[in-house]
Amino acid sequence: MIEIEHLTRRYGDRTVVRDVSLTVGRGQIAALVGTSGSGKTTLLRMINRLVQPTAGRVLIDGTDTATVPAHLLRRRIGYAIQGHGLFPHRTVAQNIATVPRLLGWDAARIRARVDELLDLFQLPPVEFRDRLPHQLSGGQQQRVGVSRALAARPDLLLMDEPFGALDPVIRASAQADLRRIQRELGTTLVIVTHDIDEAMALGDRIGVMDQGLLLQYAPPRAILTDPATPFVARLIGTDQRPFHLLSLSRVADLATPGTADGPPVAPDASLRDALALCLWSGRGALPVQGGGVVTLEALRRAARPGGAGADP
Amino acid sequence: MIGRAALGLAAAVLAAFLLAPERFAPLLRPLAANGAPPIYTQTSLLGLTLWHLALVAAAVAASTVVAVGLGILVTRPGWRDVLPLARTVTSVGQTFPPVAVLALAVPLMGFGSGPTLLALFLYGLLPIFENTLAGLTGLPPAVTEAARGMGMTPAQRLVQVELPLALPVILAGVRLSAVIALSTATIGSTVAARTLGEVIIAGLLSSNTAFVVQGGVVVGTLALLIHAGFVWLERRLAPGGPSDRR
Repeated sequence: MIEIEHLTRRYGDRTVVRDVSLTVGRGQIAALVGTSGSGKTTLLRMINRLVQPTAGRVLIDGTDTATVPAHLLRRRIGYAIQGHGLFPHRTVAQNIATVPRLLGWDAARIRARVDELLDLFQLPPVEFRDRLPHQLSGGQQQRVGVSRALAARPDLLLMDEPFGALDPVIRASAQADLRRIQRELGTTLVIVTHDIDEAMALGDRIGVMDQGLLLQYAPPRAILTDPATPFVARLIGTDQRPFHLLSLSRVADLATPGTADGPPVAPDASLRDALALCLWSGRGALPVQGGGVVTLEALRRAARPGGAGADP
Repeated sequence: MIGRAALGLAAAVLAAFLLAPERFAPLLRPLAANGAPPIYTQTSLLGLTLWHLALVAAAVAASTVVAVGLGILVTRPGWRDVLPLARTVTSVGQTFPPVAVLALAVPLMGFGSGPTLLALFLYGLLPIFENTLAGLTGLPPAVTEAARGMGMTPAQRLVQVELPLALPVILAGVRLSAVIALSTATIGSTVAARTLGEVIIAGLLSSNTAFVVQGGVVVGTLALLIHAGFVWLERRLAPGGPSDRR
């Protein structure tokens, strides 16, 4: 668990982060969104003390981070950044081994961990272990960058626009991979992004920042249906609200008993996908794999604030 | 490919000449007027070449240690104020004529290799210092950021990330200094340092063009070969260099 308490950063008379407090529960994902210059990256970098706070403090599992030497603190916190920052003179395996080596793991343990991570990210170790970063595609470099951040099994992972340099198709699968791996490992994750779709797709909670202030810190549904300020509403974009809302719930949440014709939809598909399928095939109801139906009527209700998806 | 063959040929001819210079006498005889000897035999040419190389190597090694050290120092936080001073010192070292350094150093150090070493050392500082600076400040920001974020100490960042990545640029500076020192070292023979300059000076004093040519050509060929060796090394060490373009 990570608790940020009244964190402030000033450069001269410019306040970049202004009295921000928030808590991220163990195993949760907090997504910080905002325009460039909103202070979200500075806030992130104060967590591992790449930037020293002017005031306030950060507690990780109850320990004040200011009491730990900065470089030792950083070895316990995973860190992945835009443009991956892989060391160009080191192989994939050496890059991933960076933090375990700093921590003095023995060679056999490091090797096993590197292979385990490469497997986890679907990069066959035999093929990728000894390559240099420039011999990888952008998506592969990004996966190696995240593997490196996870190498020493940190409980906390910080990511700064980790998918910013990827094209949309690769980005979507990288996000899905991250979500899967984060759930599997139970890592607490703080991710900075300027992409509201990315924040919606990943965040258990979303923090919206503007001009150094944390305007709202709430679950995605609350950000959509109850924006704290006009800026938050503008950032989400009114035209996409119903679709964001639908993408937050699964078909299984909305299924009712009954039967319908046509090819079925998976129970873990999002309501947004189900709506798209209804519209595309011109059907008023879809059968759900394993029983039940989801109706266009129910989808329309769920797309409104206070709709069916709001129950859980 | 042609370049590599030419370099190989140059190296072979140079080695043949140094091991048995008298075999090249017919080639040089037309340059020696009035039946003067075409080949310098006062001292062994091979010995002079080795002395010459040793002197250059010692001077460039000293320049490298000092200039790289200075470059590292002024790029550490808290030491940036020293940068203007370091720039001035290395620039003066480059602009002060080596001949003048010899003239000033002889009364203090006596004749021999000492003054030449000093002159070459000072002359070689600037290219290495400037390249060290360029190499260490031109690193990709994402890479240095990642090194910090991973929890490397400043010393670990320097040794494991910054220096290896700056190495090709630093080596380019060392190459410049080495090539300049190789030709400049010849003037050391005016103050009794044992260098190939001895052959050239003997040729000038006795109006024997053959001596001047053989001294000059040996130094020039050495410079070419050393230059090529450094370029090869720089390419090898550059990340993403030809080592994996097989």
